[in-house]
Amino acid sequence: MSDAALRRANAEPRWLRHLLLAVGLGFLFIFLLLPLLAVFTEAFSAGWRAYLRALQDDEARSAVGLTLLVAVLVLPLNVCFGVAAAWAITKFDFRGKSLLITLIDLPFAVSPVVVGLVFLLIFGAQGLFGPWLAANGIKIVFALPAIVLVTMFITLPFVARELIPLMEAQGKEEEEAAVSLGAPGWQMFRRVTLPNIRWGLLYGVILANARAMGEFGAVSVVSGHIRGETNTLPLHVEILYNEYNAVGAFASASVLALLALVTLAAKAIVEWRMRRETRMLTANLAAEQN
Amino acid sequence: MRPLFGPAPLLPGFRLALGCALVYLSLLVLLPLSGLAFKASQLTVAEFWAIASGERALASYRVTFGASLLAASINTVFGLIVAWILVRYSFPGKRLIDALVDLPFALPTAVAGITLATLYAGNGWIGRYLEPLGLKIAFAPPGIVVALTFIGLPFVVRTLQPVIEDIEPEVEEAAASLGASRLQTFVRVLWPALLPALVTGFTLAFSRSIGEYGSVIFIAGNMPLISEITPLLIISKLEQYDVVGATALAVVMLIISFVMLFVVNGLQWWAATRHGARAAGGARR
Amino acid sequence: MSRFIRQLCAVLALGLSALPVVAEPSLLNVSYDVARDFYKDYNPLFQKHWKAVAGESVELKQSHAGSSKQVRAVADGLEADVVTMNQASDVDFLADKGLVSKDYARRFPNNASPYTSTMVFIVRKGNPRAIRDWPDLVKPGVQVILPHPKNTGNGRYTYLAAWGFALGQPAGNERTAQDFVARLLQNAPLFAAGGRDATTTFMQRKIGDVLVSFESEAELIAREFGKGEFTVVYPSLSILTEFPVAIVNPVVDRKGTRKLAQAYLEYLWSPAGQENAAQNYLRPRSPEMLKKYAEQFPPIRTFTVDEVFGGWSKAFPAHFKDGGSFDQIYQKK
Repeated sequence: MSDAALRRANAEPRWLRHLLLAVGLGFLFIFLLLPLLAVFTEAFSAGWRAYLRALQDDEARSAVGLTLLVAVLVLPLNVCFGVAAAWAITKFDFRGKSLLITLIDLPFAVSPVVVGLVFLLIFGAQGLFGPWLAANGIKIVFALPAIVLVTMFITLPFVARELIPLMEAQGKEEEEAAVSLGAPGWQMFRRVTLPNIRWGLLYGVILANARAMGEFGAVSVVSGHIRGETNTLPLHVEILYNEYNAVGAFASASVLALLALVTLAAKAIVEWRMRRETRMLTANLAAEQN
Repeated sequence: MRPLFGPAPLLPGFRLALGCALVYLSLLVLLPLSGLAFKASQLTVAEFWAIASGERALASYRVTFGASLLAASINTVFGLIVAWILVRYSFPGKRLIDALVDLPFALPTAVAGITLATLYAGNGWIGRYLEPLGLKIAFAPPGIVVALTFIGLPFVVRTLQPVIEDIEPEVEEAAASLGASRLQTFVRVLWPALLPALVTGFTLAFSRSIGEYGSVIFIAGNMPLISEITPLLIISKLEQYDVVGATALAVVMLIISFVMLFVVNGLQWWAATRHGARAAGGARR
Repeated sequence: MSRFIRQLCAVLALGLSALPVVAEPSLLNVSYDVARDFYKDYNPLFQKHWKAVAGESVELKQSHAGSSKQVRAVADGLEADVVTMNQASDVDFLADKGLVSKDYARRFPNNASPYTSTMVFIVRKGNPRAIRDWPDLVKPGVQVILPHPKNTGNGRYTYLAAWGFALGQPAGNERTAQDFVARLLQNAPLFAAGGRDATTTFMQRKIGDVLVSFESEAELIAREFGKGEFTVVYPSLSILTEFPVAIVNPVVDRKGTRKLAQAYLEYLWSPAGQENAAQNYLRPRSPEMLKKYAEQFPPIRTFTVDEVFGGWSKAFPAHFKDGGSFDQIYQKK
């Protein structure tokens, strides 16, 4: 069968395809595109100049810096945890597995305000470790460490939950084959597992990143809102809005939306380079065979 | 720590992986949440019960869990369609639309709430068409569902995408060449592969919705007994400096969520094992 | 890989360099939401003043968010030298925790509130529903927009203003006051998440006939939505809202900033500080300044929380705690 014929055999009938496209795109239009348009309409409601002025503000810039810093600190840890948890859960059988998965899901179900509260209950001045921390001059709440901690909590499930169904669907035959051929553990992971899970991993990182940069509720409780110091971008957005500076608020919000688009652009580039590598590899192989 | 049942595994790294995961989880989730339980334990059982089972509290559970359930279901249906068209079909602007899926995470929830309320209010871009039809969305319970649908949207799509990408076309081709109709292929071949991811996506969207506060309060209307969500009651307690009362409500929500998630995850693993056993049995034959 | 690490280091360094290097004495002023404009103008005034009298430059840091949330943060360890709030109940909470003096209200003049404001009605252009006073708000069919009465500062002031008005009527008592407030709340199609959200709902989404808000906020609304878009109505009687300030004792003692903090708050009552309040549409305490800006502050009969409710320490539990009058209104149904 030719490629085209295969694809035809393998696709939904035309009417269904159109229906699915219409329904899916309509849904996205109403739930994503319109809100995004509304944000940008507000941001530009006073013209380009006002938009740019809002973003050149010192406090806005330091908020962007802090937001990026937090994401950079949180993501690597999250990836390590996610891969480790998914590996243990999908490649082995052990008692208490659903319990473990449920624990991984739990951070989602905790209201962000409660997340902040929980960390205050532990590290705050009236909290469990508060007096000890104060005595030793260690600052956690209302400073960077607490912002990082709550962000770690909020984003904890993303990578793991993205990988679990994927690795579950893939099974463990390939890895087992690699090991039985004598590949050391690390090599098996890098050569077999990692290429298989790269898309899931990437989606997980993208989601965790977007959420890390966008989190408001939990960070708001532990940040202290000190201008130019512990104000993240989402907090800055809310503050500007409350100060009757809608243009500034929505301009900053549009930056957050754009940051998410940048991560997606990164994904597209990775995708493209990977495809090019594969193509080159196949070309090389073909050349060798000739 | 050896697996407690089944044959010794062939693959390495179990102890390391599980150990890392458990340490991370304990430090970041169990320890903080036990702090919550500790705080709530300052209440007597009677006081705890009075807070947890008040009329307003009960109504708020209904609103919160009902709206979350509805929103997660909407997301599951439409998320499947969206993930499918994003992976399988090509159409103009696909990359951009793919990128947009994460928007709900990137927007601070307050911005999302304000924006949605503006869109669905009587004079908003969407509300102006719905209100004449008698559909009041913003500042009514349906507004909560809208906000939660927005918040949970990326979960189902992003969970399904890698799984759909991973389905090898050969499988479907084989089914097709054996004479299966598209519907049969979908039901027999694709559905079982998609189901775990669908359930995962649903679970994630659902649990995310339960705790959501920032976006909902801007669109809900916040009327006691009608459109008041549990996180709002928690804030209400905090505004009275009643940290213990707030943690009591938080613990109730946590327990309900935990049980619901545990049941869903348990069911899913039970189904997966059964399915896996059947598949393995089929392969042996 | 090494390039990635280098970039990572660069980002980290960038983030760390954003943290301040403290050389000069600094004050952290933890304040409520909409006070930013006020302190943005006030801080440079004080810096100039301090340079002149003490010959020292001083760094002033600001933190703004919801009032009760801010004092909770201070109690949990946010190192505020001074707090500037919009409700005495919030400072009372810090006094209970031993962070500010019990008699903070007497440490500075005028109940430690350098300026005041009051609750007014904002109605649509030309006042089409002819709203003049509180009784017009409980008429059937009138929609009132207000922030959540239990969870927000503005909402609580609105609630107490209506209560105090009803109580002050002939034959007014607690029962009639609660009925009056209940009827007012019935006319609210929603409870907004905060003061700003209420404004957006009223001005931008065009919901409701009247918005109850701070007098000072009317000016902010005009700035964003245009002056001609609405009319401000002063009711016959309203509540005097006070904005108490206080020094956080353990923090200034540890940092050695007590003198500075005292001077910072005292300067609020200086002519420059008072004029700054007037320019931000907050009623100054100084009679001269009030006269100078008389045009923007029409006379209005007001009562304070202390006069009618015996202070916030009584008003808060009676009305806004669980089981208080607000909850009772919603249990009766």
